[in-house]
Amino acid sequence: MRMKQVSVFIENAPGRLAEMLRVLQQNDINIRALSVADGTDFGIVRLILSDVDKGIAALRGAGLTASANDVLAADIPDEPGGLLGSIVEPLGKSGINLEYFYAFVDPTPGRATVVLKVRDLEKAEKALGM
Amino acid sequence: MIWDTVHETMPRPELEKLQLERLQAKVRQVYQKVPFYRQALQEKNLGPESIRSLADLARIPFTSKQDFRDNYPFGLLAVPREEVVRIHASSGTTGKPVVVGYTRTDVEIWAEVMARTLAMGGVTHDDVIQNCYGYGLFTGGLGIHYGAERLGATVIPASVGNTKRQLMLMADLNTTVLTCTPSYSLIIAENAAEMGIDLRDTSLRVGFFGAEPWTYAMREEIEQKLGILALDIYGLTEIIGPGVAQECPHKQGMHIFEDHFLAEVIDPQTGEPLPYGEEGELVFTTLTKEALPVLRFRTRDITSLNPDPCPCGRTTVRMQKVRGRTDDMLIIRGVNVFPSQIETVLLQVEGVEPQYLIIVDRQHHLDDLEIWLEVSPEVFSDEMRGLERLEQQVRRELESVLGISARVKLVEPRSIERTEGKAKRVIDRRLM
Repeated sequence: MRMKQVSVFIENAPGRLAEMLRVLQQNDINIRALSVADGTDFGIVRLILSDVDKGIAALRGAGLTASANDVLAADIPDEPGGLLGSIVEPLGKSGINLEYFYAFVDPTPGRATVVLKVRDLEKAEKALGM
Repeated sequence: MIWDTVHETMPRPELEKLQLERLQAKVRQVYQKVPFYRQALQEKNLGPESIRSLADLARIPFTSKQDFRDNYPFGLLAVPREEVVRIHASSGTTGKPVVVGYTRTDVEIWAEVMARTLAMGGVTHDDVIQNCYGYGLFTGGLGIHYGAERLGATVIPASVGNTKRQLMLMADLNTTVLTCTPSYSLIIAENAAEMGIDLRDTSLRVGFFGAEPWTYAMREEIEQKLGILALDIYGLTEIIGPGVAQECPHKQGMHIFEDHFLAEVIDPQTGEPLPYGEEGELVFTTLTKEALPVLRFRTRDITSLNPDPCPCGRTTVRMQKVRGRTDDMLIIRGVNVFPSQIETVLLQVEGVEPQYLIIVDRQHHLDDLEIWLEVSPEVFSDEMRGLERLEQQVRRELESVLGISARVKLVEPRSIERTEGKAKRVIDRRLM
């Protein structure tokens, strides 16, 4: 399924991440999942939030650079080879390159969720049988 | 050694008398020959007869770098263009350089003051001078060259670059005198170390360093690494090039060749002349130049003047090391860089906010330029690649326009400090 992800520009300096987290906390927004892309001087924090619109508004209101974009969320078995068999192999066979992905364990026992970004979401959905 | 004992050790009252005579003659010349000066003087109800003492100098309007641009290329010439035997130019803000002309006599004067300059560092006809200032439109290369020939020394017109070859020439030709930018002298030293050459064991004895800001700490490093006496040299294209002022081995400021260049220090805000010892903007009036006499040129260099007698015997006033500039021009690795140029480049790149900070520092003896840019929501996405591409694009554009490389750092919006009125765009950590 498709999901909205929120990305935030964070300077690579002490205290900057805390600043962002405080904004979310003060607005009662929960982080469901996150990953960080780190560069030398800055990083991009990618978030799955409990409330996307409210999250974006709160972050921008606090002066942060934030944007929302579509990603795919795939439900996979939480077992050895789960990621390989459910995601990576099917995408590879269809010649689809993964831009990035991250995963978290689902509240449902034995299941996990993978958040993934590819150039062509539709093509990926087909390859994954979504 | 003093090259021109008469003029360099002249008692001050006598020197001031000579300056007044020459000033009167120059004011008369420009009033008759240069419409720009005639108009400027007339606006103040001044004529050639108005200058009765050196104090009257303060009544003459200033000339600025902008006046040179407005009268580009030959509008300020006081002689027919046919009498000009040489053109030099310095880089400008936006395309048009400052163009200056010299008559045959001017070239002679220049060679004289440059001979004085070199002699002040103990250079004689026995010396071998390796001149690593750039030859061409830049006044540095040819200015040193003519002075060295006037002195009768042997000149190696090495110009800038090809450091390994410079070192080979230095060793094979027994160079005794080095002339270059201070930063280049340290690059030479580094290359020498890599090649296993200890410059302290060579014939090198003295160096004349200028054309970019440098500190006394850097002087110590140069003197220690090259095993030489490192002296400060000062000049500017609008006045003549190098040969305006030079430090003697007593290292107590740079002697201004006052029989040719009349110096004042003014309050940059009010334009009022300041007494000796007080810090302000340096202003020059040329007293002998024919092709391009300049009245009260505002150098934008901040310094102070000291007329006390120098242990070297010269009576000429000394200017302290230039402490900064009133305008925002940066000299980075010998290249003139204006923040406005950087801004122009940045704003042409899509997605770049007009919020930026220019940070200049010195690392490993080389000027280092870093640009901080605020990220705009328009350009930001979930992918690193987009931002990295933006950094690269800005870096490429800057390099192609400025001719020097810069590092680009993306920062959060509003993280660059806003100030009331004139924005603080530049942090120069090299400050003297």
